[in-house]
Amino acid sequence: MGKNYNRFFPVVLIIPAVALVLFLVVFPLIWALGLSFYSYNALRGQPPVFTGLANYERLLNSLDIWRRFVTTGQFVFLSVLLEFIIGFGLAFLFHSRFKGRQLAITLVTTPLLVAPVAVGIFHRYLFDATFGIYTYFTEMLTGFEVKFLTNYPMLAIILMDVWQWSPFMMLFILAGLEAIPKYMTETALIDKLSITNKFRYVIWPTIKPLVALALLFRTMDAFRTFDTIFTLTGGGPGVSTEVLSITIYRIAFQFFRTGEAAALAFIFLIIIILLTNIYLRLARRE
Amino acid sequence: MMQRNTSKKKIIRKIKQIATYVMVLAVTAYFIFPIFWLIATSFKTRAQAFSTPPLFVWEPTFRNYIDIFLKRQTEIEAITGKELELATGAETFFFNSFLVTSTSILIATFIGTLAAYSFSRYKPTGTNTLMFFILSTRMLPAIVVAIPIYFFYRYIGLYNTYIGLILLYVMFNLPFAVWMMKSFFDEIPKDIEQAAFVDGAKPFKVFSKIALPQVYLGLGATIGFLIINVWNEFLFALLLTEKATRTVPVMIAGTRGEVGINWGLIAAIETLYIFPALILIFILQKYLLRGMTFGTVRGVKQ
Repeated sequence: MGKNYNRFFPVVLIIPAVALVLFLVVFPLIWALGLSFYSYNALRGQPPVFTGLANYERLLNSLDIWRRFVTTGQFVFLSVLLEFIIGFGLAFLFHSRFKGRQLAITLVTTPLLVAPVAVGIFHRYLFDATFGIYTYFTEMLTGFEVKFLTNYPMLAIILMDVWQWSPFMMLFILAGLEAIPKYMTETALIDKLSITNKFRYVIWPTIKPLVALALLFRTMDAFRTFDTIFTLTGGGPGVSTEVLSITIYRIAFQFFRTGEAAALAFIFLIIIILLTNIYLRLARRE
Repeated sequence: MMQRNTSKKKIIRKIKQIATYVMVLAVTAYFIFPIFWLIATSFKTRAQAFSTPPLFVWEPTFRNYIDIFLKRQTEIEAITGKELELATGAETFFFNSFLVTSTSILIATFIGTLAAYSFSRYKPTGTNTLMFFILSTRMLPAIVVAIPIYFFYRYIGLYNTYIGLILLYVMFNLPFAVWMMKSFFDEIPKDIEQAAFVDGAKPFKVFSKIALPQVYLGLGATIGFLIINVWNEFLFALLLTEKATRTVPVMIAGTRGEVGINWGLIAAIETLYIFPALILIFILQKYLLRGMTFGTVRGVKQ
């Protein structure tokens, strides 16, 4: 860039943005970290009492919290796995050329932009035990009357997530497939590579980084899913679909055990940071 | 012999083609069906929406779309005899959503574009660290920062105000605006700007008159994604608003606990609510992957 500029110009440009982001991230996080060492109930109106690591100790010794971890893990693992498989299939399907391909891709990716709250509330109607159309279809196909929201709530939230986010996986994998250089597919054709070998030596190496990235994004996002589950099941019935983000919400804003909620939020955050690092390391090593 | 072979190949290719079409049709139907059913339900009366088995053919009613904007309308429920308040007064919530979305996007885009330009062109000291830091906020779960922000807002009086919500959405969408716009600035050649500098142009002029016009499309795409982000945001709106400042998603979510709710009416509200998304999916299609990854994955030309 030319030297004909004020030295402060570039800094002035970034100051508002950096200041606001710093304010958004650093300040609340420090406050939350501080709160997590206090026993504080916002409803009681008593001043917070410093209790050190007591909140963390109680949380990590609580069987209920570990159960919430298992619930969250189940939801994340099964959703992301299904989305990966379906996204893979979709990507290969849309990799072929046919008329109306672009329109079909657009329609398939529509769920990505639809508001999670709308998705959650409307799936209540779709899964409704008496007049829900999913219930109706299931009965038509299997002959069983399946009450999704009472008997299989976990299945319901997974199916909802899969519906909304499989296209996300597809986008990544499709981008990978489209990025395979033409000469490579042609060479594979000339060398009469078997399908498995073609996949191993031509397709996989190109799409691998994108697959890793897609899994990273999806795992993170599934892990902190709140809106859709909150509006579809609210964590219930009972606590059967209460994932961690809902647990934190309930402790903080229904029971108002603020200190404890902040501690759990921090444990949650640490797990996310760890997961991110593991993924990034794996991705870098590849 | 040769002839027969090619015709056989042709048949196989034809079958493959048909199979592809059948599969494409099936998956497209699967992903579009809930949205179709939502829109269909919005044209059903209360009774039609509650029908078992579900109605596939019915006489459409536009009543729901009128009802959305009617105020304080009540109806005696047939079964229980209880008086139900059907009135949604939804126009308030749509207005709130619109106000908050447009204002916060305007500010976030402005601030974000300035920063993105600086990061892309001048690369001030610490650019990489700052950019990485900004990106890392994408991983930050909203619920973690929600707790301190909720109490902070109540404390300083930003709770239940437009300004509070707008400020929050500006902060939350800045990282996206910065990364997206940087990815677009990075793509345009620097030659023209450099030439302008040689001619003695002022830096801000170079930015606004030369660099910015080249990324108008990218700016549009960024704004499109920001609209979706803010319009769809739920958790903070739920925590930080009350009746006067409540946005549409909070209102929709409020129908969750109700028994015997009017699904036709809810569907109509939701249809209006997701309408921008249904339009934007077509406009943003080219940038979808980019938007979902903060501009870090460019995707390929389709």
